[in-house]
Amino acid sequence: MAKEKFEEALEKLEDIVKKMEAGDLPLDEALKSFEEGIKLIRLCQAKLDEAERRVEMLLGKEDALQVKRFDGEDSVSK
Amino acid sequence: MTETADEAGKGGSGEGSSGLISTLFYTAISASPLNQMKEVLSVSQLNDNIKFLLEETFDFVWVEGEVSNLRRPQSGHVYFTLKDDKSQIRAVFFRQFGWSKNRAADFDLEEGLSILCRARLSVYPPRGEYQLIVESMEPRGIGALQKAFEQLKTKLAAEGLFDERYKKNIPFLPQKIGVVTSPTGAVIKDILNITKRRFPSVNILIAPVRVQGTEAANEIIQGLRNLQAVGDVDVIIIARGGGSLEDIAPFNDEALAREIFHLSIPVISAVGHETDFTICDFVADLRAPTPSAAAELAVPDAGELTARVLNLQHRLMDSRYRLLKDQRTHLMELRERLKNPRRLLVDLQIHLDDFHERLRGSWQREKQSLSGKMQQLAINLQRQSPAGLVSEKRFLLNNFKKDILNNYNSHMAVRKERLQKNLAVLDSLNPLSVLQRGYSITRSLVSGAVIRETGQLRCEETVNIKLAKGNFRARVEKIFQE
Repeated sequence: MAKEKFEEALEKLEDIVKKMEAGDLPLDEALKSFEEGIKLIRLCQAKLDEAERRVEMLLGKEDALQVKRFDGEDSVSK
Repeated sequence: MTETADEAGKGGSGEGSSGLISTLFYTAISASPLNQMKEVLSVSQLNDNIKFLLEETFDFVWVEGEVSNLRRPQSGHVYFTLKDDKSQIRAVFFRQFGWSKNRAADFDLEEGLSILCRARLSVYPPRGEYQLIVESMEPRGIGALQKAFEQLKTKLAAEGLFDERYKKNIPFLPQKIGVVTSPTGAVIKDILNITKRRFPSVNILIAPVRVQGTEAANEIIQGLRNLQAVGDVDVIIIARGGGSLEDIAPFNDEALAREIFHLSIPVISAVGHETDFTICDFVADLRAPTPSAAAELAVPDAGELTARVLNLQHRLMDSRYRLLKDQRTHLMELRERLKNPRRLLVDLQIHLDDFHERLRGSWQREKQSLSGKMQQLAINLQRQSPAGLVSEKRFLLNNFKKDILNNYNSHMAVRKERLQKNLAVLDSLNPLSVLQRGYSITRSLVSGAVIRETGQLRCEETVNIKLAKGNFRARVEKIFQE
């Protein structure tokens, strides 16, 4: 999921919930919105459940960049 | 300003340095009589001696004073007079000592500025003058760095580098954060810890730089460029721990400020402690009071977000549940209202039967009550029947009839007997029987009246004369008077 998507999804979800709570939607539309809401929740939760990350160092200059694993991380996280 | 003008006038009338030499010379002469002098020095020798003496003695001094007579010739060297309220001394600052050699000199020298100089004394023998060769200087009162900082800040602000409208939005949830800082030390540890704690899946790309010293600014600039070149960095944190104003000087670098301003990636600046502000802070898109705070600003808290998503999930579920419940209730209501016509028919049939029953019942009751009434009436009527009266009256009538008949018969018998007697009498009295004996009865033909005397008659009148047998008409011819 792209980074903006999470925020978008969250905003969309909030919008859906507000509309549902207002109770103005016709039934079939409300049920459609509900399913979309559930999808958005899964999307957000999947992103929130991710746990892996990379910590790297960027060396060199623009035309010869090198990415190296950052070794400080392990000692840092302890 | 009047003071400056005054001092300038003094400088013009007599030069302080040569005046001093004259005085020293005079003192030397008066201290020993001319004839006792063993050695006579040439001016050059004297000046050389003085040069040696002064330059040896004042090889390194700190002097403070106010700048006046500031001159900047083509050479790029700076000439000025350093003075206080009583005295003054010439000074020169050679360009090769350069502004860049010591960042402390990164401020603009101004007329009237109070400065502290690190200098040595130099004698210029051709003119018998001495002056200060300034190696470094900084403004007094307001610190050199502070002064430089204020000047740069004013300048960049005027250019609009700090304008809110140029600030880029910090992404809500970055995929990758670039961190420009020292790869060792507490700052990077704090940032790594906090980002990991808040949102474990955000990648970190560190551009390792020195964060103090003369090369720091350039390294930071290079680090920023590198991170931009990578292409997928969403936000950059420039961070450094606290330090003196000199320590954080690289973050007040003009070139760095311009680099940050032109960067397409949003930058969060967190340099020094909460109270320290740097040019870097002003030009950055967001300023964080500390590196830890920068990390918090760069990534959202996954826990909070999870709670928010869960809350939304509950609300979503609830509203669907409520919605369906409402709809179901509504449906039930409608179903209540929408009755099967067959059922309606059955209902009607039942109703009809009921009515029928009741009608019949009521009819029966009515009939019974009516027949009861009728019987009662019949009894009453019978009681009131005139039949008895009739037979009674008939009996009486018969009696009356019998009585009347008896009465009549007896009465008739008596009358018949009387009649027989009377008839006999009557018969004897019958005129007709008289007639038998020859008598007749004359009657007026007109009036029928029986004529008993002649007076009743007129001549020529026709009369009827009845005889015992038959009658005849006769005319009166003559009436005889008796």
